[in-house]
Amino acid sequence: MPVIEINNLTKDYEVGFWRKQKVRALDGLSLTVQPHQIFGFLGANGAGKTTTLKLLMRLIFPTAGSARILDRDISDVSMHARIGYLPESPYFYDYLTAREFLNYCGELFGLDTSVRNARTEELLTRVNLDQKSWDRQLRKFSKGMLQRVGLAQALVNDPEIVFLDEPMSGLDPVGRREVRDLIAALRDEGKTVFMCSHILSDIEVLCDSVAILKGGRVARSGSLEELRAQETNAIEIIATGADSSALKQVLSAKAEVTSTPSGIRIEVADEKDVDSVIAALRKIGGKLVSVQPVRQSLEDLFV
Amino acid sequence: MSNHTSVATSTSIIGSSTCVLLIARNAFREAVRDRVLYNLVLFVLLLTAGAIFLGELSAGQETKIIIDLGLSAMLLFGVFIAIFVGVGLVYKEIERRTLYAILAKPIGRGQFLLGKYLGLCLTLLVNVIIMGAGVSLALIYIRRGWDPLAIKIWPAIMLIYFELMIITGVALLFSTFSSPALSALLTFFVFVIGHFSADLKSLSSTSNQVAARLVFRALYYLLPNLTTYSVITPAAHGSSPDMQSIILAVAYTIVYSIVLLAVATLIFSRRNFK
Repeated sequence: MPVIEINNLTKDYEVGFWRKQKVRALDGLSLTVQPHQIFGFLGANGAGKTTTLKLLMRLIFPTAGSARILDRDISDVSMHARIGYLPESPYFYDYLTAREFLNYCGELFGLDTSVRNARTEELLTRVNLDQKSWDRQLRKFSKGMLQRVGLAQALVNDPEIVFLDEPMSGLDPVGRREVRDLIAALRDEGKTVFMCSHILSDIEVLCDSVAILKGGRVARSGSLEELRAQETNAIEIIATGADSSALKQVLSAKAEVTSTPSGIRIEVADEKDVDSVIAALRKIGGKLVSVQPVRQSLEDLFV
Repeated sequence: MSNHTSVATSTSIIGSSTCVLLIARNAFREAVRDRVLYNLVLFVLLLTAGAIFLGELSAGQETKIIIDLGLSAMLLFGVFIAIFVGVGLVYKEIERRTLYAILAKPIGRGQFLLGKYLGLCLTLLVNVIIMGAGVSLALIYIRRGWDPLAIKIWPAIMLIYFELMIITGVALLFSTFSSPALSALLTFFVFVIGHFSADLKSLSSTSNQVAARLVFRALYYLLPNLTTYSVITPAAHGSSPDMQSIILAVAYTIVYSIVLLAVATLIFSRRNFK
């Protein structure tokens, strides 16, 4: 049973002085997310990722459609006790220290003092926030440090689903790696992670399934394997020792030949032509290095 | 994870009132850490300067002036805080996006708003109590001994506080739908016009034009009647408001504040935080 069900979710923003003009930010979005997985919600800037998350968090209200989280309607406030949310480029009360802020969040979830204190320290350690910073006001924090506090506050209530909006933004390479490991660990603990990002490498490494959003609509969705396998029967042949221009002449329309630093890359559109291409390659003195199916990168799908 | 704190079992939906109090406490903490209470230093300086200067005046006049100066400054400082902190209560949260993470927790928007309101009311209460104590001490200092006025002024101080609660509610209401600058201006207008409620009433019956009469009547019923709380001059002359006017003022404050907060919640609950 899916833990997140979004049905025909639509959001129009009214713009202009009289607010008569409408801009559609989300256009009939429908998707489901299964439990215990990392779901990547991909899209370029302005595709509607943050709008979707804000709708789910009831920070904005839909023009049409509905959504359910953990089998409860999103308007049900009590459902929020079971989820966590990290907003994009988070800002928190800068007059509080990291410890005070996490404590406050724990209080809002009704955690006992002892549990709250233990949880605060555990999470600040888990997000690798330097212990010296725990009792410093958040106004003195860098963007990366705030991002870590943001992650910690999203986990205070040990949520079943964690919604993360661009969780890697503002982090240095080490920080990105740490957060990536943290997100993977959350899945291992049985949580569901709904993660918005436009950083393809992060999604590619982490996510079990993805939805690609374009112009407020889901352009593609499914598991990464399924998506990569879509619409590709092409075969990639890597060879050395042959002259690429001679090969181009011989193969003409059968394959696309490109020179790379490690040799010649031949992309054969139809699997049936592979044998004849290899034969032609050998004929002009080429040496076969590898033959493999072309896998679409996430970038191909994204663009 | 073996060392994982068991949170799931201890998470509970906290009661509405607990939630409101937590938000109120945090709003109070914000005011204290943002040095809102530093205005007290200015107030004490003003009062001290007044007390020293008044030493030159004839006996009997100095207490009157100390009360007048102290309570007027208390009202003005309080209104200044109620307006400028009040209009930022919600706007700042939206602008800095601090409420995103908070509203994603099991908290209703009405609870959030009420918590913020009570937090500022608590700040104002502390402010008013310290200022009131300052005025009482100044009276004792001037008399070089006990002065019954040091106690007698407190009903008037209480009424000033109720007025500030109304102004805070008005500022909060405006801040749920307009910019801080406009909210501050509108709240200031309400404060000024609210002190001319009696004039509005007489204008609503004496004006020649029907439309004008209707406008004045609407304003009279819509805007708070702040003359109910204006007892600074009688207090300076040593008289305290009677029990009936105090009860009336308390009831008026409660009802008017509830209406203000209900309208503010209605607007705030429908707002999209883009």
